[in-house]
Amino acid sequence: MFETLRRSTLTLAAVAALMVPTAYAAEYKVGDLTIAHSWTRATPAGAKTAGGFAKITNNGTEADRLIGGSADKAGKVEVHEMAVVDNIMKMRELENGLEIKPGETVELKPGSYHLMFMGLEGSYKEGETVKGTVTFEKAGTVEVEFKVKAIGAKMEQHGSDMRNMTHKVELQ
Amino acid sequence: MTAIIRYVTWAVIAALVIFMAWYYVWTGGFAGQTRLSIGGPFTLTTDEGKRLSNEDLKGKPFAIYFGFTYCPDVCPTTLVELTETIETLGPDADKLRYLFVSVDPERDTPEQLKLYLSSFDEHFTGLTGTAEEIAEAAKAYRVYYERVEQDDDYTMNHSALIYLMDGNGKFMDVIPYGAEPDERLQKIRKLIGSG
Repeated sequence: MFETLRRSTLTLAAVAALMVPTAYAAEYKVGDLTIAHSWTRATPAGAKTAGGFAKITNNGTEADRLIGGSADKAGKVEVHEMAVVDNIMKMRELENGLEIKPGETVELKPGSYHLMFMGLEGSYKEGETVKGTVTFEKAGTVEVEFKVKAIGAKMEQHGSDMRNMTHKVELQ
Repeated sequence: MTAIIRYVTWAVIAALVIFMAWYYVWTGGFAGQTRLSIGGPFTLTTDEGKRLSNEDLKGKPFAIYFGFTYCPDVCPTTLVELTETIETLGPDADKLRYLFVSVDPERDTPEQLKLYLSSFDEHFTGLTGTAEEIAEAAKAYRVYYERVEQDDDYTMNHSALIYLMDGNGKFMDVIPYGAEPDERLQKIRKLIGSG
């Protein structure tokens, strides 16, 4: 009896341990919007900027706009677009925000749309979590956590993302 | 019949002339001239506070990249990718110099560059200078950069190419942003071979 109990406890503990990584695949909801996979990158020493990335899905019937946010240690957060055109890196602020159409998922990622963390005081270290918010024109503001990956990390290269993807598949 | 041949001949000649003119413009002159047009004299200040000119670089090939430390994406990405290449090269990495030139001298002091580059491979040398010195170096390398105002702040748009130069300061190749690790490694190996 005790043996069985002990075993099942162990099994439960093992299952719980397996579930821990999936806790990182947090999804945040505000109104009809879902924010998944929010992450940022470790910053080089002395760097004053960082990018915030996420997948934003609009499950509603009306378009909304990502207009800003906030992040620990950042003086200001803006919505930016980066593009390399003819070998020139160009950045611009999306003054009117980024439209998220109904039924669509927009991915903020390196080399594309991103939240621009400006005026950083201190740095982000790999493995940390940065607390912040994202703000939409209609849905309002929601608290999110940005997981800090390596300097120069690209989403698809990281094992943890594979895990998150698996997790997603399991959910469906 | 002969009229048709004549027309066709003229059409072919016209097409050739147009193609050659386009090719000339596209390559910025013929091949030999293109090679000479990237690179040239500059004198800048290193992250150690020392002066460094193109003359000091003679005898060792180098990779040169223009960026800035307030750059959120392409610069750290490029430096991380080059760091990976340097690690793969092992001892061969010492046969090259790796230069990171700031296009934002207002914020990138030698101290700021040194601090920033401490997060990457130790082979990198940061370079900065006066606005005029930076402009001169950028002109020599055909590097485009511009200041973009953002409310009470600013950022920089800039060329995102790594230029590979041989031991005589002659242009060899470029590594574009987003190049695959193999492409970077092969081009840098070839550059080491040239030195």
